[in-house]
Amino acid sequence: MANIVEVKNFSKYYGKKLVLKDLNFTIPKGQIVGLFGENGCGKTTLLKTMAGLLKDYTGEILIDSEKIGVHTKSVVSYLPDISYFNKNMTPKKAIDIFSDFYSDFDRKKALSIIQDLGLNENMKILKMSKGMQEKFSIAMVMSRKAKLYILDEPLGGIDSTARDYILDTIIKNYNEDSSILLSTHLINDVERIFDKAIFIKDGSIVLNEYVDVIREEKGMSIDKLFREVYR
Amino acid sequence: MNKKFDNNIPIYLQIIDEIKIMIASGSLKLGEKLPSVRELAQNLGVNPNTIQRAFSVLEQEGLVFAERTAGRYITNDEVIVMNLKENLATEELNKFLDYMKKIGFTKEEIIEKIKNSKRSDD
Repeated sequence: MANIVEVKNFSKYYGKKLVLKDLNFTIPKGQIVGLFGENGCGKTTLLKTMAGLLKDYTGEILIDSEKIGVHTKSVVSYLPDISYFNKNMTPKKAIDIFSDFYSDFDRKKALSIIQDLGLNENMKILKMSKGMQEKFSIAMVMSRKAKLYILDEPLGGIDSTARDYILDTIIKNYNEDSSILLSTHLINDVERIFDKAIFIKDGSIVLNEYVDVIREEKGMSIDKLFREVYR
Repeated sequence: MNKKFDNNIPIYLQIIDEIKIMIASGSLKLGEKLPSVRELAQNLGVNPNTIQRAFSVLEQEGLVFAERTAGRYITNDEVIVMNLKENLATEELNKFLDYMKKIGFTKEEIIEKIKNSKRSDD
């Protein structure tokens, strides 16, 4: 199958509130897809569901041809919007845990990315700056040989140099047969890495298109289009 | 290669233009090996699929050829490169002439203007 993700008629309620309405989209293998939308539009909810963390929804999500479940966790490497590492841990310890937990985790790769990013493997996470913590999280997530990387706001709250570093790390470390779904509200700085853009507004998909088609047909950047759609 | 892209124009087109200039100017030589898709994607900070697409177009235009396993090379055909240079020059010249005519210059005045140009690099 050419798609790593197939989402059909997906809806999600929180209590009585409908937060995501009848979403339909696919993610082809080997592509990098950007998920854009304002805060509170449901991006994180969608990504959490795809990572297997939220269970009550209607519709169907297939990842690597299977319904969300045990298989999902083995093929998806997920970066949540909030860091889940114990702050007393060091990168070294976290690497040990990931090695035990994920059979596709590449310890050598993790150590080398951590070194490349200028992080100290023996420094407690709580002593790290926010930028360092984000770099560390990316290093861990990208060191799995996953079929799908789901990255929820990997670039939030960090300066532009660190942002470039993280983007480069993502591009360098994903293999071309895997796919990436990345959410961000900072489109301008990152749009060069995407194949496709999905815009979510008020719980619905309002655009799902190849970025080069957008640039060719509308003669505008994804950032500009975003501002028009969300004005 | 320049790492700054204009987000309003498809990035693969900008990469094609840049490579064409490098071929025309001779900074990429006849028969020279190109970096791999992956290497170039990393250097430019763009998606590998974008580089792949740029390379396919350059292959279709005969400027680049692929050796099954060994990678991609700049054409060995001097004529193709000469044509490329000619086409790039014509394109740019037409743009310039259109603009000059739009602001009211005749052909003679334009030629005179070029002759008297005081650009330090002339």
